Amino acid sequence: MSAVLEVSEIKKHFGGITAVNGVSFDVQEGEILGLIGPNGCGKSTLFNCILGQLMPSAGEVKVDGKLVTGLRPSELNRLGVSRTFQLLQVFPKLSVLENLILAGQEHQGSMMSRLFGRPDAGLADAANRMIGFFKLDHLANEPAGGLSYGQQKLLDAAMAFMGGPRLVLLDEPAGGVNPSMLSDLKERLAAINRERRATFVVIEHNMEFVMSLCSRVMVMAEGRVLAMGRPDEIRKNPAVIEAYLGH
Amino acid sequence: MSAIGKYIRPALGLAVVAALILVPMSFSRYGLFILSQWAVMTIAAMGLNLTLGYAGQVSLAQGAFVGVGAYAAAIMTTHGLPLASALVVAMLLCFAIGWLLGYPALRVQHHYLAFVTLAFSTLAFLVFRNESWLTGGTYGISNIPRPHIFGFATGKPLPFYYVCLGMLGLVTSATWWLIRSPWGRAFVALRENPIRAQSLGVDTRRYTLMAFAIGSALGGVAGAIYAPLTQYIDPVPFDLSLSLDLLMMVIVGGSGSFFGPFLGAMIAVLLPEWLRFTEGYYLLLYAIAVILLLIWSPTGILGILDRYLADRRTKVASAQRALAKSRLETAQ
Repeated sequence: MSAVLEVSEIKKHFGGITAVNGVSFDVQEGEILGLIGPNGCGKSTLFNCILGQLMPSAGEVKVDGKLVTGLRPSELNRLGVSRTFQLLQVFPKLSVLENLILAGQEHQGSMMSRLFGRPDAGLADAANRMIGFFKLDHLANEPAGGLSYGQQKLLDAAMAFMGGPRLVLLDEPAGGVNPSMLSDLKERLAAINRERRATFVVIEHNMEFVMSLCSRVMVMAEGRVLAMGRPDEIRKNPAVIEAYLGH
Repeated sequence: MSAIGKYIRPALGLAVVAALILVPMSFSRYGLFILSQWAVMTIAAMGLNLTLGYAGQVSLAQGAFVGVGAYAAAIMTTHGLPLASALVVAMLLCFAIGWLLGYPALRVQHHYLAFVTLAFSTLAFLVFRNESWLTGGTYGISNIPRPHIFGFATGKPLPFYYVCLGMLGLVTSATWWLIRSPWGRAFVALRENPIRAQSLGVDTRRYTLMAFAIGSALGGVAGAIYAPLTQYIDPVPFDLSLSLDLLMMVIVGGSGSFFGPFLGAMIAVLLPEWLRFTEGYYLLLYAIAVILLLIWSPTGILGILDRYLADRRTKVASAQRALAKSRLETAQ
């Protein structure tokens, strides 16, 4: 196994506030790493630094051994790093199918081939398979804005997988999703992880979701790594119980 | 029902095209001029609809691009160059300037961007008025020739109307192609959620610049037809008010809907003519009509149609649900 993602000594300051204070970790190929910690501990800021949405104040990010710090999000995405957002981020006026085609179209060909090629960029089949996989069949041609919250969450996740990513960072995929849909979502994520050897980093507050999905869990507190280990080790770790899980 | 529905749209489209070709044959000189002007303004508004309606980038400079295109065509054709070459130059020139004007849009958005483009609009007007060695200054450029196309003279109003209509047809097809291509999807993504678009690999910088450049190029095309239509140009028609008019056409027609500019331009060009019998009051009535329309339907005329269709679909769906429910109850 080799490390898909290597993060070393990432720091991010906002004025006088240090949101992320020297975080280092690796994620191995095919692994699902959970990232937990109290609100404001720097999880999302760390994500944004890794993904190029924020420029880290210090530190390095490597994807497949290649230094990617400072790349724009769109460039990083075409290298195979995808993400979902904490708040809903689908394109409400586009149909479910169009959302998914958009999510894949920039990963192939050039600007010119996209202008003169097929309107669906040859992705309609792949998009329909993804729709089937996430059980959104009956909604394919509905505008994404008309879907329920949970359905939009599923679509959001489906979009992240359209380009066939190596690494996906999921920011609270379970937030606001009802229990039955949640087990669906978990099952889908686990299946993609198995079948495509996609590597995940998952931020989540739903402990049951994290502990059952992830092979390793990293706990952050006050911008630093507090603990890292298997879910059962993390559950028993006194420092983690003190800072986050509670007694 | 659905089989008929499938044919209604193409049939309607064909009927409109046929009417646009046949009905004006009996029109007066003035009627033809107004209709030609509608075609030209529709082209410019389609360009702005691309930049603003689809890609969500506010521009108050579309009128200036029409001016750039018109002056390019006027200068070239009065020096004996063919209109076709002037069209290409106008398009490329506006594409290039539009591309450059897109750079501020990478830093600022919405009303800030409107101000940047407003400044460009003013700058262009000053160039048209003051650089008289090139543009003829306030005297403008007169005796702009109309072209011969495959040996046919288009000097008379009717043939030149067909030039305008043909150009509108070409631009409509090209824009339709663009909107249906992955680029159209990327433009909408840019408007709706640029951050999410970026995270999906969409190069938002390049698409923003393209949206500006292509929209501006269509402004240039409109200008290059406008010059031989009026056969005389001076700086006044290309001041800020044209940009505002074009903005209004896009919004009144329905920003971001493909046929919005056709309706918007129709209202902006034809309604003042129909209201001419009210003499001094026509601007007032026109203004009130536009205000009422936007209060009633902020998404423009096509927004009304959309709402009607959505209402009908909801009614049909709930009728079906009620039917299914009653069947279920009788089954029990």
